[in-house]
Amino acid sequence: MAAISREEVAHLARLSRLAVTEEELDTFAGQLDVILQSVAQVGEVTAADIPPTSHSVPLTNVLRDDVVVPGLTPQEALSGAPDVAEQRFRVPRILDEDVAS
Amino acid sequence: MTDLTRMTATDLAGLVASGETSAVEVTRAHLDRIAAVDDRVHAFLHVDTEGALAAARAVDERRAAGEQLGPLAGVPVAVKDVLTTKGVPTTVGSKILEGWRPPYDATIVQRLRAAGTVMLGKTNMDEFAMGSSTEYSAYGPTHNPWDTDRIPGGSGGGSAAALAAYEAPLAIGSDTGGSIRQPGAVTGTVGAKPTYGGTSRYGLVAFSSSLDTPGPCARTVLDAALLHQVIGGHDPRDSTSIPQPVPDVVAAAKLGATGDLTGVRLGIVREFTGEGAEPGVMAAFRESVDTLAKLGAEIVEVSCPHFRYALPAYYLIAPSECSSNLARFDGVRFGLRVGDDGNRSLEEVMSLTREAGFGAEVKRRIMVGTYALSSGYYDAYYGQAQKVRTLITRDFTSAFEQVDALISPTTPFVAFPIGARTADPYQMYLADLFTIPTNLYGGPGISVPCGLSEGLPVGLQVMAPTMADDRMYRVAAALESVVGTFTPPAL
Repeated sequence: MAAISREEVAHLARLSRLAVTEEELDTFAGQLDVILQSVAQVGEVTAADIPPTSHSVPLTNVLRDDVVVPGLTPQEALSGAPDVAEQRFRVPRILDEDVAS
Repeated sequence: MTDLTRMTATDLAGLVASGETSAVEVTRAHLDRIAAVDDRVHAFLHVDTEGALAAARAVDERRAAGEQLGPLAGVPVAVKDVLTTKGVPTTVGSKILEGWRPPYDATIVQRLRAAGTVMLGKTNMDEFAMGSSTEYSAYGPTHNPWDTDRIPGGSGGGSAAALAAYEAPLAIGSDTGGSIRQPGAVTGTVGAKPTYGGTSRYGLVAFSSSLDTPGPCARTVLDAALLHQVIGGHDPRDSTSIPQPVPDVVAAAKLGATGDLTGVRLGIVREFTGEGAEPGVMAAFRESVDTLAKLGAEIVEVSCPHFRYALPAYYLIAPSECSSNLARFDGVRFGLRVGDDGNRSLEEVMSLTREAGFGAEVKRRIMVGTYALSSGYYDAYYGQAQKVRTLITRDFTSAFEQVDALISPTTPFVAFPIGARTADPYQMYLADLFTIPTNLYGGPGISVPCGLSEGLPVGLQVMAPTMADDRMYRVAAALESVVGTFTPPAL
């Protein structure tokens, strides 16, 4: 049985903000199925009482002294932006999403 | 005249320090070599000729002024395109960052500059460091100098190939699941993954933040150790940086070079049976085990029962973190933006940008990660993988109660032909079978050339406990003192 359907892959692509093509969906559905069936092997391990590890370095609440150091200038921070207006990142319209969708 | 490109970094630094040659001469020799061979190797995405010569001139001026130079001053280094370099293009092998010139240097790049090394340019890699062959670079594959029809490993294939092609004596890589060690193994060079947190991630474009570890690549163990010492150590700008000094890896490499491993206990992992590995690779490995025993090491078999689940756990954890990390590529602050015609919404522009900017493997991993993190699947996939990570860490801890270090082949197979594994993504993942456990645990690992199989290099991996990076350098240098270094056929 397939671990994942073509429709589920289309849903994942939407969640991932990837405007994938119909052709890609066909390819990815098969490939993701192989990958997910393989990685599902982790389920064979009895681990109910085992704590999870998110990180190998046991550090918490790493703080630094509150010292002012030079940062990027606005020009530097904006230097790689695709579009800039009034010393800010210009983005496409974010309101009226309902009209677009 | 001696060919400067064939020398070790140690020797080059000595010649520059004594004034027998200049940093500019050394740099020119490597730039000439790049110009002569890189059309066939494609190790570099960007060669910074002017920046390199300016850095070399600065070293020569400092020497002329009587300044004391560091141990690698005047030595050229190639930097994987995953680290930000101020004003120098940084693509991460992806179209989504094509043309981006970062406004700041990564900490490692700052340290390289401060040490007087000369950055030649940026090396090719699988897009966002996701891959084991450099075929997933958006800018075309790198070719293995041993056989240009074969892959140089990945994701850091460009850095390893630059070393094997004598285009650079030193290089920087990053290792999330084997991306320094596996390219080292298949190109006959040395690649070291430091302890996680032992080298700074500041300015390293993130793939999987709990695993990403930048580190040194070289043609000899001592050169790798010298580079490790220059780039390693605590960085207050990386919150997972370990606030302790790096162990003395240079002294350990020198000690190992004496060829005496008396009193060192080395473990062979019982569960690494060689299943799925090429017979030639296993033969070279077994021969190296005999060599290490002859040098005085005691060889012990240890059991790490959960290592067989490392690959599936990794291919859940790394994609999960990647799906989150790569959300920053939204077409707003840097890189590509597609479809912004004044009518489309932010979400549409974002989706079109990411669709156009990311390659297939990156998309697969983002979607696998999104799946593993989604409600309903989280416990069975990401959550379970994190528990398996705990069990793998316990396997290491218990192994290191019995032995000083573990040894294995670095990779199950020698360099495969370009195109051989791209049709089936999971076949590509198997290249990381032996390297991934170390990443999940967080300890250091090194690959050192140990022999040839069918005329192609095989690497031996040494894995050590967290913050005991010195141990792996000692063992690797001892093996190198017997088997020597490996020279590919002329390009």
